[in-house]
Amino acid sequence: MSTLEIKDLQVSVHTEDGPKEILKGVTLTVRSGETHAIMGPNGSGKSTLAYSIAGHPKYTVTGGSVTLDGVDLLAMTVDERARAGLFLAMQYPVEVPGVSVSNFLRTAKTALDGESPKLRTWVKDVNTALANLNLDPTFGTRSVNEGFSGGEKKRHEIAQLELLNPQVAILDETDSGLDIDALKIVSEGVNRFRAQEGKGVLLITHYTRILRYIMPDQVHVFVDGKVAESGGPELADQLEANGYEKYVAGAAV
Amino acid sequence: MTVTDVARESVSAALEVDRVESHLNPPASYDLADHPVPSGREEIWRFTPLKRLRGILDGAASEAHLTWETTVPEGVTLREVTGEEVVAMGELAPNDRPSALAAANAGRAMLLDVPAEAVVTEPVVLHLHGESVEDLVWGRLLVRVGANADVTVVVNHTGSARYAAITTVLVGDGARVNVLTMQDWDDDAVHLGRDAIRVGRDASVKHTSISFGGDLVRMHANVEYAGPGGAAELLGLYFADEGQHLEHRLFADHMAPKTKSHVLYKGALQGAGAHTVWIGNVLIRKVAEGIETYEENRNLVLTDGCQADSVPNLEIETGEIAGAGHASATARFDDEQLFYLRSRGVSEKEAQRLVVHGFFNDLIRKVGIPSVEERLLKTVEAELAKNVLNAGSDGPAEEAP
Ligand SMILES: Nc1ncnc2c1ncn2[C@@H]1O[C@H](COP(=O)(O)OP(=O)(O)O)[C@@H](O)[C@H]1O
Ligand SMILES: [Mg+2]
Repeated sequence: MSTLEIKDLQVSVHTEDGPKEILKGVTLTVRSGETHAIMGPNGSGKSTLAYSIAGHPKYTVTGGSVTLDGVDLLAMTVDERARAGLFLAMQYPVEVPGVSVSNFLRTAKTALDGESPKLRTWVKDVNTALANLNLDPTFGTRSVNEGFSGGEKKRHEIAQLELLNPQVAILDETDSGLDIDALKIVSEGVNRFRAQEGKGVLLITHYTRILRYIMPDQVHVFVDGKVAESGGPELADQLEANGYEKYVAGAAV
Repeated sequence: MTVTDVARESVSAALEVDRVESHLNPPASYDLADHPVPSGREEIWRFTPLKRLRGILDGAASEAHLTWETTVPEGVTLREVTGEEVVAMGELAPNDRPSALAAANAGRAMLLDVPAEAVVTEPVVLHLHGESVEDLVWGRLLVRVGANADVTVVVNHTGSARYAAITTVLVGDGARVNVLTMQDWDDDAVHLGRDAIRVGRDASVKHTSISFGGDLVRMHANVEYAGPGGAAELLGLYFADEGQHLEHRLFADHMAPKTKSHVLYKGALQGAGAHTVWIGNVLIRKVAEGIETYEENRNLVLTDGCQADSVPNLEIETGEIAGAGHASATARFDDEQLFYLRSRGVSEKEAQRLVVHGFFNDLIRKVGIPSVEERLLKTVEAELAKNVLNAGSDGPAEEAP
């Protein structure tokens, strides 16, 4: 069981001219076992939503609430949120020079479980997770995200998703910049994850392309810091045909 | 060819090079008059807190010694010689007052001889230990490596003393030498060290300076070339704690064509008054065509109240170079890195620990002496335990959600 409940979330960033409001009251509930797609134009605040839920220090929550199974996420530190079952696949994964992928994965797994993983099964699990995402076994010896191609970064994020196996995953434009083969590989990883009992997925994307491989239960159109419209998968087809124009024009009025 | 011949040839090669005076580096000289007592305003002294040298620069005579515990593998000899002998063997003359005083006052020198063609698999280890900071000790060492020899020399400093030393490494043609000096002193030690290396034709040298301990440590690593094709890699790792002054001064003097220098120094600072200085001077003389040089210094500031000075200098007198560059950066923990790690469940302190280990890892892997590499990983961990990992200290506070 895992329900991510976002209520009237308001978030601002600090700028030279003072605080700038980016999220203007976002309300959204991802229930256990559901996949929700968030679609919106660039700059509409999608990453801000993802980062705020995960607790990035750059963003200040000025109102509203975010809970995971009724527990207040916003009161937790970044790592506490992860240990509560949240995972964020980032749009721009960060380089950590000198820290090997395998060390990073083991450290994360140990932190999440509160004990180090059993060596034999762990090595096998890591190799399987990497192989599933079409990542070379030597990938484990490379520094986290350093010198990775765009596609490798995204596949590494999904390998982490499978290994760390959270309750709720937020995927921020995991599809962008991927060729069609990589998109399929990444989608298969996400589908394996959500085939498990009770997992929630919040899939942030700019394009409808990935929704051909990962079928959402609900689609939300995100414009100017809030949800402009919600509906079923058919809403994605409308967006595919008509784009965001209608919503953007509405927001500008 | 005997090793003495190699050294003599090196000396004559040097005389053929036009004497160009680098304004960054005073000329080398045994004459104390050439190295007056500094006021602190001199370019080469402006970063060093002179008071904390505890009178070393006065140059009082002293009979005190460090105790030497040595591992000298077969084929290598270590013996005492006179000052005149090391000068005749081609010792590289002092380039500052402490090294000139060490040459004048040491009274004797240690000579480590590695014959030509010798391949010494086990490292030579010189473990120098001081009993007390009350002891003023002058040190003088010449390492002579014959042509095509292959050797690793580790000089480890522990305990305490006020220690000024002049060390010369003469590397024969085609030799491969790995020299490492570790400053693992007690808190109150003062160490002024000058290591100077002359790289033979087509020889390659790695010099690593590691400073963790001591109240004030100021180390020179100078490299010059006896002929074309020599390559030098100068590495350094330091970790300055509260109140410590750790200074590393590099000078790569490209006086022969097709030579290389590659410098990488990395340091971390933590605690009030932790001060590090890195000076990277590179001189490319007119004759030194087709050389390559790259120098890099990176500092990671772990807490408030630290200061990292980092000054790269490149003097170029010829247009015909294959490559020259430098980079210098001093940074605090990167919020994005910490966020990324923490978003995977890793605690803030554990994330900081990973980042610091990661910061030093590439450097540690380059050291090329397995026993030292292992020890360095542990030492970094121990340094982290003092602050970053130590909850409730004045380390970085847990960030509010
Ligand atoms: N530090 C900042 N200063 C000013 N504006 C910012 C800052 N960070 C983000 N923004 C603005 O917030 C808006 C939303 O950005 P983002 O959440 O990245 O959008 P999306 O992911 O939908 O493309 C954009 O208009 C962006 O310019
Ligand atoms: Mg975005």
